[in-house]
Amino acid sequence: MLGLGADRLRADMNRLLALLFHQGVLDEQFLQLQQLQDETSPNFVSEVVNIYFHESEKLLRNLRGLLMDREFSDYKKMGIHLNQFMGSSSSIGAKRVRNVCVAFRAASEQNNRAGCLRALELVEHEYCYLKNKLHELFQLEQQRVLAAGVRYPIQN
Amino acid sequence: MTVEPRVEDPNDQFPIGMRVLAVDDDPTCLRLLDTLLRRCQYHVTTTSQAITALKMLRENKNQFDLVISDVHMPDMDGFKLLELVGLEMDLPVIMLSANDDPKLVMKGITHGACDYLLKPVRIEQLKNIWQHVIRRRRFDPRDQNNSDSRDKWRQGPGEGGQGSTEPGNPDHGKLNKKRKDQNEDDDEENDENGHDNEDPSTQKKPRVVWSVELHRKFVAAVNQLGIDRAVPKKILDLMNVEKLTRENVASHLQKYRLYLKRISCVANQQANMVAALGSTDSTYLHSLNGLGNFYNLSGSGQLPNSTFRSFPPSGMLGRLNTPSGMGMHCLSSSEMVQLGHLQNSSNPINNGGKFQPVLLPGNQNGIILQGMPMSLELEQLQHNKGIIRVGELSTAIGDSTVFPASSGFPDTKMTSSRSSSSLLVAANSPLMLQGHSQENQRRGGLRNQNSATLLNTELPSSFPDHGRCNDNWSTAVQPSGIQSSSFPLSDCFKQATLHPSNLRDNISSVTLQSGTNLRDVSCVTSMPPPLPDSRTDLECQAMTISGNSVKIMNYSPKVWDDHKQKLSHHSSLGCSSTNSLIPAPGVMGTFDQGLDLKNTISDRNMDFNLMGESNFVNPLPMQQNAVEESASDTALQLKQGCTLGQRKPQSSYASNNVGSLEDLVSAMMKQVRLSSFIFKVFC
Repeated sequence: MLGLGADRLRADMNRLLALLFHQGVLDEQFLQLQQLQDETSPNFVSEVVNIYFHESEKLLRNLRGLLMDREFSDYKKMGIHLNQFMGSSSSIGAKRVRNVCVAFRAASEQNNRAGCLRALELVEHEYCYLKNKLHELFQLEQQRVLAAGVRYPIQN
Repeated sequence: MTVEPRVEDPNDQFPIGMRVLAVDDDPTCLRLLDTLLRRCQYHVTTTSQAITALKMLRENKNQFDLVISDVHMPDMDGFKLLELVGLEMDLPVIMLSANDDPKLVMKGITHGACDYLLKPVRIEQLKNIWQHVIRRRRFDPRDQNNSDSRDKWRQGPGEGGQGSTEPGNPDHGKLNKKRKDQNEDDDEENDENGHDNEDPSTQKKPRVVWSVELHRKFVAAVNQLGIDRAVPKKILDLMNVEKLTRENVASHLQKYRLYLKRISCVANQQANMVAALGSTDSTYLHSLNGLGNFYNLSGSGQLPNSTFRSFPPSGMLGRLNTPSGMGMHCLSSSEMVQLGHLQNSSNPINNGGKFQPVLLPGNQNGIILQGMPMSLELEQLQHNKGIIRVGELSTAIGDSTVFPASSGFPDTKMTSSRSSSSLLVAANSPLMLQGHSQENQRRGGLRNQNSATLLNTELPSSFPDHGRCNDNWSTAVQPSGIQSSSFPLSDCFKQATLHPSNLRDNISSVTLQSGTNLRDVSCVTSMPPPLPDSRTDLECQAMTISGNSVKIMNYSPKVWDDHKQKLSHHSSLGCSSTNSLIPAPGVMGTFDQGLDLKNTISDRNMDFNLMGESNFVNPLPMQQNAVEESASDTALQLKQGCTLGQRKPQSSYASNNVGSLEDLVSAMMKQVRLSSFIFKVFC
């Protein structure tokens, strides 16, 4: 029974992944991450993604702080944060997040504060969506592992 | 003494176990990089601080084989780290960034990065980074020359195989160095292609230089066999030159064929232009004719000799003398073709690889406008400094000395081409330019100068006299017919400042004429909205032609004069100045010509500079491929000549440019608007 559960969970996971790919939330870079996961680094994907979440939240907070400041003028600093955020997002395969960052960068290069604010909101929105979905994915994964790990002793 | 068993030497399994130091302040990327590198079986050390990385590197210089570093780091700029590592430890450094801005990539390359990767990094890319270690080890003891020669060599034999028209080698090499993303791929390709390079003896294999003489023989052989039936083996036999291989001939033949094709197109265009022009400026026409004659002369039946100028001599001469005798008009199709050939021929001859135009077997009207030959002649004219009679042109041309052939051609040829050169001069500006463009490898400066002189000398009557010899270019430019723009050499452009109105006319005429040869011309035409300033025009032209050097040239005729003294210098000066001036794309941007070509030019220049190879290719994004090729060739020539003092291309692009730039700037600063501007940008 539980075995079936594991299969079902895996199916759910795959379905979720397929959806995310279809929506463009993730791209093949994420697959690369998954491929790097093996016996030597069994939780690689979740580790990296958690690092990503942690860093990204810091960056997004910084960005918002900068833009909220009425006397904000340091676009260069914002560009640095943004650049790092873009780098890490693309590294884990967060395609939509990265794409809205591109728009953000364009607005920043034009010193367009209103545009930056709008872009920031978009980024935050995409980021939240990504985070939720990835959490969901990891939960499924965890359950699957648990489910697959359970074995009923074979009884004659 | 016991021989100790060698426990597996990590180096033996290279690239497995290659020791990499990864530096990135972003923990996500660092973690990912770490895992990726381990997956490639490298030995990885990571740090998020550049300062820590430097400390580690300094502790033990032999601790690492390769460094991968992010560009944007809080404690230290990635480029700074790159420089320091390169200087102190001389390790290959790969830059990593999420930003694909070409300016940054350029900066990375100029600071010495051996590669520039974009995030997200893929494992396939990391699997190849070990090549940089090998490459550096291999070529480090030898200096840049080796790599350059390796590139050249690699490309040399390759040309035969490929049908590429462009001055293959320089382009190839440069492009490779330029592209950031593709660097690895390109490198890989090069490595694969140049397997023989591994062998030291092959690496040093000298490239065959197609000198004027050689090319003449080649063309003679081809004509003897008939262009359709000319096969490398037979050509080789007919030429009877030692140390020439069938492959050399084959590749040269390919180029020649392409050149012929180009010429025929150009000739057509030129004929049209001449026709158009003929009505306006008789002098110009004269010059055109003269040029044509020149070409013809050289060509009349002596194709081999005048490979460059296959203009039918006799007919042309007559034409030259008559104001209306626009050779152009008379150009028959065959002539046209020949002209085209001529044009091309001048280039190839000079360059060694370029194809020399097919000699006009005897077209009478061979209006050589094509310009290529002109340039040759022009150069010669410069030397001659005499006023060449139109009639003489034909004779002069006959000697085919006109070709500014790479080897010191101008000097010798000048005399012969005196008459022709004068004629050429008149019309030369456009023609010359063409020629120049064609002459890719010609000495950049020489050509320009020659043309300039030619122009100057020639058009005493029609063109303002600027100071002939030295100002050949300028005078040349001046003459209405002179299409300063066509001078690929920057020198020419400088001269161009002489007559704004003329220039403009010239430009337009050049445009008309030059067809393919005049890259500049086409550039001119395609250039952005009319430049109000003649100088600007010149600049534009220059830009198009020699890419940036021309601009500079325009501005300081004085400087040029000095330079003119030494032909080679001239070109080099012009070239270097231009080239160096334009190195940065940013610099280009400063030109307010509005030329779209700017960036292209600068890019090209940069490429050129970066490459440091004599095969500088195409500085200008010419519209026509032919032109481009010639332009690039010219630029190449220029570049070669240009590096003031023949500075060897240095690995550091910036330093190279700056050096020459400084020289140039100091010389021209006051006068040259651009140079000062560039200087500012540069500094």
